[in-house]
Amino acid sequence: MSETTETTKRTKNVRWVEPPKIGFMEALYLPAIAQGISTTVKHLLAGKSMTRQYPEVEPEIPPNYRGVHRLNRDEKGRVKCVACFLCQTACPANCITIEATGTSKDDPNWNDRDKYPASFVIDELRCIYCGMCEEACPVDAIELTSIYDLTGMTREQMIFDKEKLLSVYDETVGSGNDPVRTKRGVLSPASEKAPESAGAPLPPGRGQLGG
Amino acid sequence: MGTVFVNDVEIECGPQDNLILAARKAGVEIPHYCWHPDLSVVASCRMCLVEVGEKKPDGTVVMQPRLIPGCQTLAKPGTVIRTDSDKVKASQAQTLEYLLLNHPLDCSICDQAGECYLQDYTFKFGNAHSRLQEPKVQREDKYHIGEQIALFTDRCVMCTRCVRFTREISGTSELHVISRGSVEEIEVFPDQPCNNKLAGNVVDLCPVGALCSKDFLYKKRVWWLKSQDSVCNLCSTGCSVHVDQNENKLYRLRPRENDQAQGSFMCDEGRFGWKYIHRDARLLAPRLGRLSHAPASANEHAHAANGNGNGHAPTALSAALPVDMPTDLATLDPWPAALEATRTAIVQAMGKDGHKFVAIFSPMMTIEEAYMLAKFLRSGSVKPTLALGPVPVIGEDDRYPKNHRGEAPALEATKFTIAAEKCPNRRGVEMVLKHFQGELISFDKVLERVERGDVTGAYVVGGYTYPETGYDQQAMTALSKLPTLIVQDLLRSPLTEAATILLASSSFAEREGTFINQAGLAQLIRAAIRPLGECRADGRLLFELAGRKGVFNSAAIRREMATEIFSLSALGSGELGPLGTFITKQPQPATV
Repeated sequence: MSETTETTKRTKNVRWVEPPKIGFMEALYLPAIAQGISTTVKHLLAGKSMTRQYPEVEPEIPPNYRGVHRLNRDEKGRVKCVACFLCQTACPANCITIEATGTSKDDPNWNDRDKYPASFVIDELRCIYCGMCEEACPVDAIELTSIYDLTGMTREQMIFDKEKLLSVYDETVGSGNDPVRTKRGVLSPASEKAPESAGAPLPPGRGQLGG
Repeated sequence: MGTVFVNDVEIECGPQDNLILAARKAGVEIPHYCWHPDLSVVASCRMCLVEVGEKKPDGTVVMQPRLIPGCQTLAKPGTVIRTDSDKVKASQAQTLEYLLLNHPLDCSICDQAGECYLQDYTFKFGNAHSRLQEPKVQREDKYHIGEQIALFTDRCVMCTRCVRFTREISGTSELHVISRGSVEEIEVFPDQPCNNKLAGNVVDLCPVGALCSKDFLYKKRVWWLKSQDSVCNLCSTGCSVHVDQNENKLYRLRPRENDQAQGSFMCDEGRFGWKYIHRDARLLAPRLGRLSHAPASANEHAHAANGNGNGHAPTALSAALPVDMPTDLATLDPWPAALEATRTAIVQAMGKDGHKFVAIFSPMMTIEEAYMLAKFLRSGSVKPTLALGPVPVIGEDDRYPKNHRGEAPALEATKFTIAAEKCPNRRGVEMVLKHFQGELISFDKVLERVERGDVTGAYVVGGYTYPETGYDQQAMTALSKLPTLIVQDLLRSPLTEAATILLASSSFAEREGTFINQAGLAQLIRAAIRPLGECRADGRLLFELAGRKGVFNSAAIRREMATEIFSLSALGSGELGPLGTFITKQPQPATV
């Protein structure tokens, strides 16, 4: 029953077209060859090269390109990541490994934060560059940059730790090719204190009427 | 008893059911924070407000005009509960908005995320936004609440479950509420932190992320933990627990509600007492032959085993390799050789009448293990002596709630007991031994015989995990001199070093079997993680040692035991159920 309906549907959607008959001149193929050669010669004489001169000339990469990851820094220069493990949870390729640690209240550098990653490792070879990690991140700490030409001599070189990922941030920040995601602006409350002054922009979920 | 109507569904409810329990029976969830079945009712969180009415005998329904807290109201015959009306829904959303008013929304760094009732109820009953225009009240975290407890003050919803727990269950009253209104906080008195033996329970009781366990803090996100139902093995109360693991590593134990066993709680000794499982002292493979460099005195050895940089303390791996086995063979499964050697050694040591061979059972064993070992040793014509190893008893039963002087309550007022007997299954192992031997031979008598030189071989089961329990130095020194010493144990000790054959066994989290607690409740422990390294779960080890065909299955062994041992015939079905089975008929609690 279902097969018949499917066949009917298929035949109904098919439009039969008769192939055009070839005349004598067309059967010679010579006019077509001449036409083709003339196009080639026209491009040859125009003097305009279509070849990309890579790597001498690097292409312009759109800012929403998903390349090598970076770990952003907060306003004090510390890693912005709060070790919530959401990127690791979202990652379909299981390429992120995080170890979290608590901060010490006696440490003046960290006493305004509760938790940060002691280690943050991304296996760049295993990553499929889907961008789910940056979508999952509640504090915009992990982002995919437009660095596309990632190479390494060994597999170990392609496993990026926290320092390496922070150095990617240092290299790319303010380079004019920051990921567009950074410009989302306000961060969620986990990474920043609530604004004290009335004029400051309010983070989402705080003082904004939803809907 | 009576019929109540929950959202037009008619159900029967019990005489002591409040509206939350009655609705639960109808499959309807009434959200609540402050109410807990084991604590007194305060009706302070206002989350369980529902519409309540009464069905008159003539069929008309009269609803009360105001919303009623479901936790505080008992269900009567004819009670009508509405949880799905607009009025109730609006109340739930408003209550949640209030509770979240000053909440920092730091789910991303909160340990409770994933098992948080603020998250769950907001998702089910709340709004996605807050209308607060002013800055939130921010408060300091308190790490001084207890040795094991941290308080993240601004996440608290002031349900006071923790305060009521320390007043009503532990009786120690460390926690209390200071200030009023929006600056209310949970606090302890100066220099009197909440360090009682049940303190860890306040972390489980906390419905939000305010009270966190320092031990588990930031170790793992809870959604990655896989849970297995099991039983704590550190005292003969036998608390039902959840064993939470991830990637073959234990992260925490949580109490599992079981009114037949212990109730809803567990003690901190059990809660944090599983750390030995991942300690360096774990034996990770069987070994043939006594360690040649074994120091003469047990005292010196204990020092070496503690690994205080004493150069010749064997590493787990080198200690693991059989001495007479070529190194390239070490990569193969060492167990067939070890078990074969064990069987040969037992036959040789037993000789003609078996009188000079003793098997020392441990009260840390499950009944299945004890049964398989006893049956294996007593099945031939030669009958060795079976004895029960030391039963660790520390102090007296610790009963709660304490009164204001710290004294234990009367027996009938006891809400929780930490048993003095620090082993899970003395009763069960004794039953097995009595069946096979007719009488119970105490460890002292056997030790006396060993010291007299009346014994030439022994099969010693260890598995003691509680600090300072198990075989003492006198026993270890005496046993170490035996020509044949087969030791089945999981932690390194002078005894395991002196063993001529060492069988590396497993902790309760890696095994399957049955413990019988002091009240005669048989409960199932289940394997939460795979045995570490090359060590083997005791059940499988003894199953294969006994030369049984097939795969170890505790239910099959229980069925076999029940037909053979009369006192264990209650386990005849093989299944114990999630809450366990009493081996003797229990007097039914009088219905109130």
